[in-house]
Amino acid sequence: MTKTLDAAPAARRRKRGNLTRWAQGGGLHAVLFAVPVVLVYAYFSWGPVIQGLILSFQKTNLIQPAEWVGWGNFTYVLADPGLVQASLNTGYFALLALVFGFPVPIILAVLINELRKYDTLYNALAYLPAIVPPVAAILLWKFFYDPDATGMFNTVLGWFGLGPFPWLNAENSAMPSIVLYATWAGAGSTAIIYIAALATVRTELYEAAEIDGAGIWRRIWHITLPQLRNVIFVMMLLQIIGTFQIFTEPFLFTGGGPNNATQTILLKIYNYAFINGDFGAATALSVLLAAFLGLLSVVYYFVTKRWSTA
Amino acid sequence: MSVVDKPLTSTADAAEGPKAPARRRAPRPDDAKERGVISASDRKRPAVKAWLRIVQTILLIVLIVSGLGPLLWAAKASISSSNAIVSDPMGIWFTPNEWGNLLLAWNGARIGQSLGNTVVLAAGSTLSTLIVSVAAAFLLSVLRPKWGPWLSGAIIATLFLPGVVSFVPLYLTILDMPLLNVSLQDTFWAVWLPAGASAFNVVVLKRFFDSIPREYMEAAKIDGAGPMRILTMVVLPLSRPILGVIVLLSIVGSWKEFLWPMLVLSNPDLQPVSVMLPRLATGNSPLSVQMAAVFLTIIIPVVLFAVFQKQFLRGVGTAGGVKG
Repeated sequence: MTKTLDAAPAARRRKRGNLTRWAQGGGLHAVLFAVPVVLVYAYFSWGPVIQGLILSFQKTNLIQPAEWVGWGNFTYVLADPGLVQASLNTGYFALLALVFGFPVPIILAVLINELRKYDTLYNALAYLPAIVPPVAAILLWKFFYDPDATGMFNTVLGWFGLGPFPWLNAENSAMPSIVLYATWAGAGSTAIIYIAALATVRTELYEAAEIDGAGIWRRIWHITLPQLRNVIFVMMLLQIIGTFQIFTEPFLFTGGGPNNATQTILLKIYNYAFINGDFGAATALSVLLAAFLGLLSVVYYFVTKRWSTA
Repeated sequence: MSVVDKPLTSTADAAEGPKAPARRRAPRPDDAKERGVISASDRKRPAVKAWLRIVQTILLIVLIVSGLGPLLWAAKASISSSNAIVSDPMGIWFTPNEWGNLLLAWNGARIGQSLGNTVVLAAGSTLSTLIVSVAAAFLLSVLRPKWGPWLSGAIIATLFLPGVVSFVPLYLTILDMPLLNVSLQDTFWAVWLPAGASAFNVVVLKRFFDSIPREYMEAAKIDGAGPMRILTMVVLPLSRPILGVIVLLSIVGSWKEFLWPMLVLSNPDLQPVSVMLPRLATGNSPLSVQMAAVFLTIIIPVVLFAVFQKQFLRGVGTAGGVKG
């Protein structure tokens, strides 16, 4: 384009030559393959992300054209008196799931990995809850959690002289009950991932530890877990990100009750968007949550990186 | 990432075609199953032996009670009377069977119809995932255009974004598709199409395609095969195991979907069973019919799992490797 006049036709000819060569070389095919991919991702993945960022600065009710409101949605969402409670609940859920739920699949995997027979049976049994559609499982568990003395769990605990417990019906036991369900639903599939990772642990290390006289517990603590360290870090981050976006369980178990004890951030987003029709506030809160999770991931990455290399 | 190499190469070995070269970082003897923490000599010690037996028996009981228990209970509850279920949930094992519940749920509560919808949704979502992911993986692994890294980066970036950012705008996109100005609300496309954007499957497939020896494709090319024929005659037949895993996980995944179908399918005639069930529970249908509906919802994925357990478990293990 910056060439002199008489060089232009030559350049154009060269360009056309490039185009046919490009098409014969498979460039056209590449574009044809890319079309469905780019369309689907543009419409349903990249587009909505960008639109979400834009929407969070707009006010729209789908009828009138959207208008820009600056940080209005964010200040509105942050001033919502329910946000603190929802954030605390979500954090509480994440914490409970981390403390009580997170070690379960690791223990399960280490135990199953020591089996020399029937390990596929154990694997399959452990994975079963992950196959059950959550909606059906939650309906079942809701029935199991019946607070009456004749409820399923209360009946069984009654045999040992315990209970009856109110489960989902009391403010302080509703969230732990949901965590118990979530652990049941998720532990098996996570354990399968740990089992796959355990197959790569270098067995020479165990032999070396045996020569040094390390017992079984010390081998687990000093060899198995450190070798799994990277998988554990990743699974922990994935779990934290997942638990901060918990929706289906509180939505179906309690609807956020009793007395907002299980109101989570995603329930709030859902209510903003689909109960109040305030899409601006909903996306603003989504963006805030995503930014928080992004920041958390970055911090987490640098902290665990230091531990991994240590 | 070495986690993923093992299951993948082993699935490649299972294929009919010639062996794909194992791409392991270091040659590792295949004794992974020969020992874990506890060595062979440990296992001969009576104390260790006894403890192992006790722990493994307890583990088995716990797994049976927690994994199989709820399913068996749901199966029996589905053919018990509401009275029996409410008054003594642990005693229903000994009450007479009422097979009529299942029929009531199937027809009266329209579980039959919504199960049909679930099947259609799962099939369509799986097909859409397969088409888009295979196209993307083939493009990035085999055709490798100059702009490939850009596309690959843009696809992988979506893996790191929490789903929550795009959730509400995705719903608005369905209501009014930009440029096309059509609404997909209350059509199956609203569930099928977004299912195609599965970055995770692209990564898994690309990894697998990368492990197929280039010589096969070169040979096909010399014989005059175009990209489409290379894909259908060489790449896809060799990838059958991984495609099977993706199909299985995608079917079960879409069977479990709840929030998204609930939002975009407001017409009860189109709703899948996962959306129907909670409504059934809040309605005034008897508990026995609810339990029958739960059982009918659970049974198909469970049977699918029972038949293809090996593929499921291997697939989930592989998935973990990619996440790692």
